[in-house]
Amino acid sequence: MKTMSGGKTLFEKVWNNHVVRQQADDLPAVLYIDLHLVHEVTSPQAFTELRQRGLKVRHPEQTLGTMDHSTPTTPRGLDGVIPVVDSQAAAQLDVMRKNCADFGIPLYDLGTRNQGIVHVIGPEQGLTQPGMTIVCGDSHTSTHGAFGALAFGIGTSEVAHVLASQTLLQYKPRTMAIRVDGHLRDGVTAKDIILAIIAKIGVGGGTGYVLEYMGEAIRSLSMEGRMTICNMSIEGGARAGMIAPDDTTFDYIAGRPSAPKGEAWDRAMAAWRQLPSDPDAGFDAEVTLTAEELAPMITYGTNPGMGMAITSPVPDPDHLKDVSQKLALDKALRYMDLQPGQPLLGKKIDVVFVGSCTNSRISDLREAARFIEGRKVADGVRMMVVPGSQQVKRQAEGEGLDRIFKDAGAEWREAGCSMCIAMNGDQLQPGQYAVSTSNRNFEGRQGKGGRTFLASPLTAVAAAVNGVVTDPRTMVNQRERA
Amino acid sequence: MEPIRQFAGRIVALPINDIDTDQIIPARYLKVTDKAGLGAALFSDWRYSADGSAKQDFVLNQPEHQGASVLIGGHNFGCGSSREHAPWALIGGGFKAVISTYFADIFRSNSLKNGLLPIIVDEQTHQQLISMAEEDAMTEVTIDLESQTVRLPDGRAVPFPIDGFSKHCLLNGVDQLGYLLSLEAETARYEASHAARVNTFA
Ligand code: SF4
Repeated sequence: MKTMSGGKTLFEKVWNNHVVRQQADDLPAVLYIDLHLVHEVTSPQAFTELRQRGLKVRHPEQTLGTMDHSTPTTPRGLDGVIPVVDSQAAAQLDVMRKNCADFGIPLYDLGTRNQGIVHVIGPEQGLTQPGMTIVCGDSHTSTHGAFGALAFGIGTSEVAHVLASQTLLQYKPRTMAIRVDGHLRDGVTAKDIILAIIAKIGVGGGTGYVLEYMGEAIRSLSMEGRMTICNMSIEGGARAGMIAPDDTTFDYIAGRPSAPKGEAWDRAMAAWRQLPSDPDAGFDAEVTLTAEELAPMITYGTNPGMGMAITSPVPDPDHLKDVSQKLALDKALRYMDLQPGQPLLGKKIDVVFVGSCTNSRISDLREAARFIEGRKVADGVRMMVVPGSQQVKRQAEGEGLDRIFKDAGAEWREAGCSMCIAMNGDQLQPGQYAVSTSNRNFEGRQGKGGRTFLASPLTAVAAAVNGVVTDPRTMVNQRERA
Repeated sequence: MEPIRQFAGRIVALPINDIDTDQIIPARYLKVTDKAGLGAALFSDWRYSADGSAKQDFVLNQPEHQGASVLIGGHNFGCGSSREHAPWALIGGGFKAVISTYFADIFRSNSLKNGLLPIIVDEQTHQQLISMAEEDAMTEVTIDLESQTVRLPDGRAVPFPIDGFSKHCLLNGVDQLGYLLSLEAETARYEASHAARVNTFA
């Protein structure tokens, strides 16, 4: 809890470093933004506003455009071109090209080497660095907090603010420490940690807070695992999620195209090492979990907070005291066509989606490939594997992961958001069930009438192979015995 | 933006918790490049059947609720995606305010920038408003931004919070970008003392 001591949290240090004008009674703080990521869906109206006012982009060299949301991920034609069949999406992509060209912003265009999901490309280019402020017109910008950056999603009006002024109006959020002690058991992953956290605090539990994840289980995670955790901070309603930078962070950044080099690297490291929260820093709220107690998680409802251990029965609305919560769960179970008390293990599924800014990085694909190697996607199940970026795709192909997926009967796609948001034609049919490694199970999120179970890549593969929801731990054991 | 001071409007209740922005406007309607015309997509998946016909049991389709301009949502209204298309669609659908017990951060911020008032009331008032809307579709409330109150039909004036800066901008039709641009000298001073931390061309 808050103490009167002088210690500062990671968040406070980054915030203080970026204040252009202090927050006053009736005025929000003006915060400087180091890096602004822009994609085709939430930016067109912001560029229109700049044009109407005759404004320029203040710092094109601190801005980067990519195309990911409405882009097709269907394999390239023989001519090497990715076909855009949806005329409205094609028009939106053209507008993005024109906006970036007119305002001088670098763009990772569809089909080019570096294109990918906005929250995958920032880190992989080394643009995402500790201590920075990063924004994007996208709520999962919280992903970049895994590096000890203050990163959060903004609306389109704010996209215009940052384009034109490189600053943003913000009231200082509160801080919440989320400590995960101990070590994860086999078959339990970063995705299960964050689903457990959201199940515990609820989809509104983090509203008004910046979360800092800490504890042994967080420290032991790879950068990819940390990104998976920070990515879903917004699903708990939080403004942002952060993890203190350490050697794992520095090793990940070193040598990437936009990482500091030579002396600049040494200076950056010296500054980055100052960022972790001071031992006597206080938080406005604290939550603690124990890693050993966590099981693979799965959602049963229509928001990411409706999650449980995969071995649990679907909860019963009648056991809830709060009337509005009871109604919400009842509505969710009707949409999902599930009965209270029913186990999800053994539930037949139609589609498995491995991808999205939550779980489409190289380590996610390696983990999924290792698990599916020598196994087959069950009859009647469609499995899609969608790498997060062109770079992840090339790397995976270099390691032969694409062959493993294809041999198992899965589809191997181009990079993009794909079925996470179902804007590009990759979507569920009404009534279908999917196990998905993405981050949202809202009604219709993966296609109108579609039903989503959110889970880890391991749980997704286990479902693909068996055609039913399966505890991946039972398969890990099988393989070990074999 | 037009200044907002006071308005009266009929209320309609959608008392569902955690209404996310994918429900307010599904992603397939986000392939547009302007703000206009999104009212037609408001709550599309709840409003229309697969064949495109309006679902008669959905409250916003009921004739007696046409013309309502104040939406009473469940707790944690507007969670999920940061899409500003959500307030644009609500405004396009004729709404000037949404009342709930609390809002998701980004939705609240987006709404305030577009003149859609996100009004937070206590749980008891919230319940009362839902009951009133369900009992009588003609129920009207008056929202007064200056005094930060919602006036109920029984005459009770319920206060609501709003940050001073947003209030000032809404009352005077001031846009926030103009304010940020007026601080150019301070931004330039910050930049002079802090080297740029990245270069996206590198
Ligand atoms: S993968 Fe999904 S959640 Fe991530 S940026 Fe794309 S649409 Fe948003």
